[in-house]
Amino acid sequence: MLDNMSDHEYRKFAARHIPARLFAAEDFARVRRALGRKVLFAQGDIAVAYGALLAGCRFFAGYPITPATETAEIMSRLLPRIGGSYIQMEDEIASIGAVIGASWSGAKAMTATSGPGFSLMQENIGYAAMTETPCVIVDVQRSGPSTGQPTEGAQGDIMQAKWGSHGDYELIALSPSTVQECLNLTIEAFNLAETYRVPVIVLTDGLIGHMREKIVLPEYDDINFVSRKTTAKAAAAYRPYDNDGTNIPEMANFGTGYRVYITGLTHKESGYPSTDSQADHHRLVLRLCNKIRDNVGKIGKVQRDYQNGSGDRTVGIISYGVTSRSVFQAVKELRQRGFAVDHLRIITNWPFPEAEVAELVSRCRRTVIPELNLGQMYHLVREVSSGANDLVPLWKTGGELHTPQEIIEGVTG
Amino acid sequence: MKTEFRFVAFGGQGMILAGVIFGEGAINDGKNAVQSQSYGPESRGGAARAEVIIADEAIDYPMVLEADYLVALSQPGYDKHAAEIKQGATVIIDEDLVTAENNPRAGAFIRLPFTKTADALGQRIVTNLVMLGSVCAIADIIKKDALLEAVKSNVPSKFLELNVTAFNQGYELGRQARQ
Repeated sequence: MLDNMSDHEYRKFAARHIPARLFAAEDFARVRRALGRKVLFAQGDIAVAYGALLAGCRFFAGYPITPATETAEIMSRLLPRIGGSYIQMEDEIASIGAVIGASWSGAKAMTATSGPGFSLMQENIGYAAMTETPCVIVDVQRSGPSTGQPTEGAQGDIMQAKWGSHGDYELIALSPSTVQECLNLTIEAFNLAETYRVPVIVLTDGLIGHMREKIVLPEYDDINFVSRKTTAKAAAAYRPYDNDGTNIPEMANFGTGYRVYITGLTHKESGYPSTDSQADHHRLVLRLCNKIRDNVGKIGKVQRDYQNGSGDRTVGIISYGVTSRSVFQAVKELRQRGFAVDHLRIITNWPFPEAEVAELVSRCRRTVIPELNLGQMYHLVREVSSGANDLVPLWKTGGELHTPQEIIEGVTG
Repeated sequence: MKTEFRFVAFGGQGMILAGVIFGEGAINDGKNAVQSQSYGPESRGGAARAEVIIADEAIDYPMVLEADYLVALSQPGYDKHAAEIKQGATVIIDEDLVTAENNPRAGAFIRLPFTKTADALGQRIVTNLVMLGSVCAIADIIKKDALLEAVKSNVPSKFLELNVTAFNQGYELGRQARQ
């Protein structure tokens, strides 16, 4: 039936039935058709948009900003055709606000921005964390602070992604290294947001956002679709923040017959504010953090390229995002020259994969940490390595990727 | 086998689009490609640079350090990147836009009338397609049909014929230059 509907008819159908109904194979097929060929030569920003649409994203609110504009452009063109909504907002504060509202109405929702917009979003990212709103925020990092270099890439928002809003909370941040991974990890971001009811940040950058590479679009059976756990309780028995033992409460989307009170104030399980109870606040914030901290093993993703053995001569390299591309090449050249190098690529920046990093650092005679900033992840590595080993930060700013030679010099130097 | 191309011009001359088409053509031809670009905040007038790496294997480092092919349609672009080529590289310049003596590192130094050819077609805007046709013939690593397919998917259908004509004329220029 869906196949025969015009875009306009499908849009009306989707507004009534999605998200209440699952994002089914026939809905996916409609998205897939709108995206065109299976093999594409596409930019990271486009791959992010395609990943979102394939994951079932039906809502995008944003404010265009270089180098993230292409994501908004594609979403504005395609979302209306597949039963979704695109709203160009007055600024980034409103954008994340609209995304949070859309998520509570049941939609998988996303926004995309760059440094200056990401800074503006921080208060509402905290609100999303406090209200446990599943949503995806793409930050196409550019050189900062402030307006910086709009068309250049950077990795200067790694710490902001975790610590940008005030108070204690946890969220998830992912760093793709290829255009294909921009697509794959955006799908993953939606799944994680829906599973843990947190904002998930996709940290790309101006280099990868604008870079074009070959991508292959996945089919329905290739994707594991995850939707938030909703409640089946009787309306009278439901409380929005009851802990069923998983630390992740069952969600009742707006308009589904449940009484749901949402506030950024400290709240009890009922959802109603409780602003002067130490116990209520502590219980809430601890649960917000523990639902992520207790699942670091499940959430955290790394790529290990270890040679095993080679003992105390080994030099470690820890990278993430686009910088890993230089490391891949440097590692090949170093091994050809007889150097023992082990490379750990961090895919999940937050929660930080402490165990993997500690393991590598503890057995390497030195560990090189290349970043497109003045040393941000370096602090995290130092924190889990007891300061015992030689940690070498390789700093670079200004929009240019480390050359493989610069990585090699960091290792051999 | 990895071949690195750098296209330099002023913003507005269509170099980035040319790079996109070139990379997509390589994908159509079953190869791997990465295209990256550098440009300022202005939409035209500033320096614009497109880089394309074409390889049979996976491409790790995605930027061009020393090009196998440097294609220059602006004097400042050429001056800035003239030294960043491999020993024995091919340099291709628009003879009316770039004044240069033979590049000491170049194995081949080719001057072609890209802009003049486009002007003769009545549309200077297709200079990039003339250039692309020439590079296709000179480098000879992407099949012409695969590249033309990429031209079709990247230019407005209304102007397809003009663009294909420009490409073919450029291809002919390149073929002659190669001999």
